Amino acid sequence: MALKGNLRDFSITQLLNLINLAQKTGTLVIEGPGETAQIAFRQGKLAYAQLGGEDGSLAAILHQTRRISASQYRLLKERASTMSDKELGLLLINAGYLTQDDILSSLQTYFINIIRRLFTWVEGFFRFEPDTLPGDGKITVRVDLENLIIEGSRQLREWEQLQEEIPSLDMALKFTERPGTNLRNISLSVEEWRVVSYVNPRNTIRQIARATKMNDLEIRRVVYGLIQAGLVEIVRPEGAPPPRPQVPQARPFPTADKNEQKSLVNRLINRIRSL
Amino acid sequence: MQTVKMVVTGPFNAGKTAFIRSVSEIDVVATERRITSEAEKVKETTTVAMDFGRITVDDDLVLYLFGTPGQKRFDFMWEILSEGMLGFIVMVDSTRPETFREARSILQTFRAYAPTPYVVAANKQDMKDAWELEDMRLALRLDPKVKLLPCVAHKKESVKAVLLELLYSILAEMEAGDA
Repeated sequence: MALKGNLRDFSITQLLNLINLAQKTGTLVIEGPGETAQIAFRQGKLAYAQLGGEDGSLAAILHQTRRISASQYRLLKERASTMSDKELGLLLINAGYLTQDDILSSLQTYFINIIRRLFTWVEGFFRFEPDTLPGDGKITVRVDLENLIIEGSRQLREWEQLQEEIPSLDMALKFTERPGTNLRNISLSVEEWRVVSYVNPRNTIRQIARATKMNDLEIRRVVYGLIQAGLVEIVRPEGAPPPRPQVPQARPFPTADKNEQKSLVNRLINRIRSL
Repeated sequence: MQTVKMVVTGPFNAGKTAFIRSVSEIDVVATERRITSEAEKVKETTTVAMDFGRITVDDDLVLYLFGTPGQKRFDFMWEILSEGMLGFIVMVDSTRPETFREARSILQTFRAYAPTPYVVAANKQDMKDAWELEDMRLALRLDPKVKLLPCVAHKKESVKAVLLELLYSILAEMEAGDA
């Protein structure tokens, strides 16, 4: 069944995590902004990666990772253009130009760099094609995904941390009452100044974001910085209703007797079965 | 007359109303309104207050099923509906991964309201775009102990299976509490 969706709802890190945990074999196709990436996995490990219009041939990868010079690359392109990557790799090893390790580590570096670039994609569609792997002529690797997932998660963590620090954008900001603090002596960025100019217990953070044309992440970053610097604090917006008082929770069972409760659940089970 | 209630919750268009309709002995008291927002026009109407279904168990006991409104702007109803519930079901549309994050957030919100047993129903499993259960479990970050059940909300047998699993969980928790 389908494993497909939108990167806005499902990040690259989450996808890698899913593929890693489920030990999936197949190709993840991501149609990003302007280009398409194809990432192959074998039993949950990175096997191959190809980015849209880029020359992903072995010769190009070896050149990009500085294993061969520009002139060697041109020569290979001219004389070995009909060879598959595997054939070319064998030729280079047998001729003593490179070792198998050289080739594999070049490919790993190249594939991992593609994944790193994917971490910056926040828009696009993805689909996973089970059991689809690159053709026989391609050289595949086996790279554990854990480190890549951790790397991608760092970006995600920032977002999650900011959400924890500032859980609601419907709160307002006010300047902290610290006598002696002069804003003019503090070095603020243009974005921070723009936010500061709207700080007022009547304005919610969401309204400030709208006024300053910042997205949720940007406004949280700026507000977090201002809070950390001790310049502002979060307050309930003026005029907002007070929080609802906690009311005692209604009881789920009409009886307090444990045996009667169990009997009641068993009656429910029998009734549902008979529907 | 004793009454108990279960809550059916989940994101917009997850299939909560269909779920209750499949087993309710009364015509579901639905509070649907025509959808005006373009972004949410994947169906004609949506629940704005609650859905209300009933299953009479015997002369002395009635089970009420409450469906929560799926759209975020009606979430002030959730806490009211969750009061005194026996357990709850989180409906997730298996074909719309864009709603998984919201489903998880709803699940956490309801867990905060009341630590009652719950199950997650992966609805629309009969559709070709449906995600596999194990993929959904990972995507929803569900603990292996949480019951994630395949569901087709308009099929009575499927709905019965989900309700029974929730009741088994409730019973198991009661028995574990006794031990």
